[in-house]
Amino acid sequence: MAEKKSLGKEFSKGIIAENPVLRLVLGTCPTLATTTSVESAIGMGLAASIVLICSNIVISALRKVIPDKVRIPAYIVIIASFVTIVQMAVKAFLPALDEQLGVYLPLIVVNCIILGRAEAFASKNPVLASALDGLGMGVGFTAALFAMGAVREILGAGTFLGMSVPFLSENPMLIFILPPGGFFTYGLLMAAVNRMAEKKGKPRAELRGCEACPMAHNCALNSANKKEEVAE
Amino acid sequence: MEMTKGLLAILLTAILTNNYILAKFLGICPFLGVSKKLSTATGMSAAVIFVMALATAVTYPINKFLLVQFDLEYLQTIVFILVIAALVQLVEIILKKYMPALYNALGIYLPLITTNCAVLGVVILNIDSGYNFAESMFNSVGAGLGFMLAMVMFSGIRERMESNDIPKFLQGLPITLIAASLVAVSFLGFTGIVENIFG
Repeated sequence: MAEKKSLGKEFSKGIIAENPVLRLVLGTCPTLATTTSVESAIGMGLAASIVLICSNIVISALRKVIPDKVRIPAYIVIIASFVTIVQMAVKAFLPALDEQLGVYLPLIVVNCIILGRAEAFASKNPVLASALDGLGMGVGFTAALFAMGAVREILGAGTFLGMSVPFLSENPMLIFILPPGGFFTYGLLMAAVNRMAEKKGKPRAELRGCEACPMAHNCALNSANKKEEVAE
Repeated sequence: MEMTKGLLAILLTAILTNNYILAKFLGICPFLGVSKKLSTATGMSAAVIFVMALATAVTYPINKFLLVQFDLEYLQTIVFILVIAALVQLVEIILKKYMPALYNALGIYLPLITTNCAVLGVVILNIDSGYNFAESMFNSVGAGLGFMLAMVMFSGIRERMESNDIPKFLQGLPITLIAASLVAVSFLGFTGIVENIFG
């Protein structure tokens, strides 16, 4: 019973408590770039989730085989292979989505959520738990992108999934689907989430800068930052 | 003459109208994470310019003479990320051994750049846009300079913001993102400038 409960937790933590976009502040580039419409936001979310789940499963299955010293390049190769598969599938079956996502589809390779989960979770946990962790993080990522995409499309274009919204469709605020609107919506969403977290007595989401980055442990900038903090 | 005009147009477009951070959203992590101080912002952007130019110079021939030649274009993503990762490691080792002064200035930023989407992004975009070698190099250097411009400007704004009185619920990340939004608005002002100059 206890095991079931903890597996459930691996899945659910990624959705709210450790939402990758709104709580851990990871994967900011696709969050800002692909949320100009609900459709591309969901497409991006699903594509990244598929890669995340598959790479988590494979990395977790190979965790005892991959030597510690070359693990980061090994993870990158695994992730890049799945990205290539997804890229080819999207090109073949959903050409319209491929056009919308453009360069951001291959760039899933460098999405810090995926490498971050590989390093922080899949490399230390069994296959089933890693799959659920990937699923939960994927759902959380897609949900956050959906929220951003909905706000930006409704306010910026006056439509929702292509259907026009009364009043707003006659007076769309174009700025919301332009780049500045992306930063602005993300900022306000962060503020709202921080407020909710504070009411529940949880810490605010902070940009942990380097600590959240999967490369942190082999990056000198991180240790330089830490030294500075100690000195201050 | 026509060619230099085209190259300059590509350079200016990459710096101003299609700024990689503010219009294309590539490299947001360092933009938000390393822009607290002017010194780190300049160091990081110098390293980015260097790696972007180098990565383009290396990946362009690989794509043209290996991948396209043997119909392996679908391997682009894997090959490019590995080439960039290996390249960054190599540069780090060489700098450490032969140019310690430069290593001390740029070295600490190099590992960060491997997983920086701006570098992989510029390499892929060069190929997607069908640029030739000279155009690719100008686009990469322009992208790097645009990165530097945005980073340096933004670190100035953030250094000032430290002493400002900000409402509690906006403190930290939210106000940073809203400030970034205002910087992006100012860059919208450059729309059309390149077409007008070189039109």
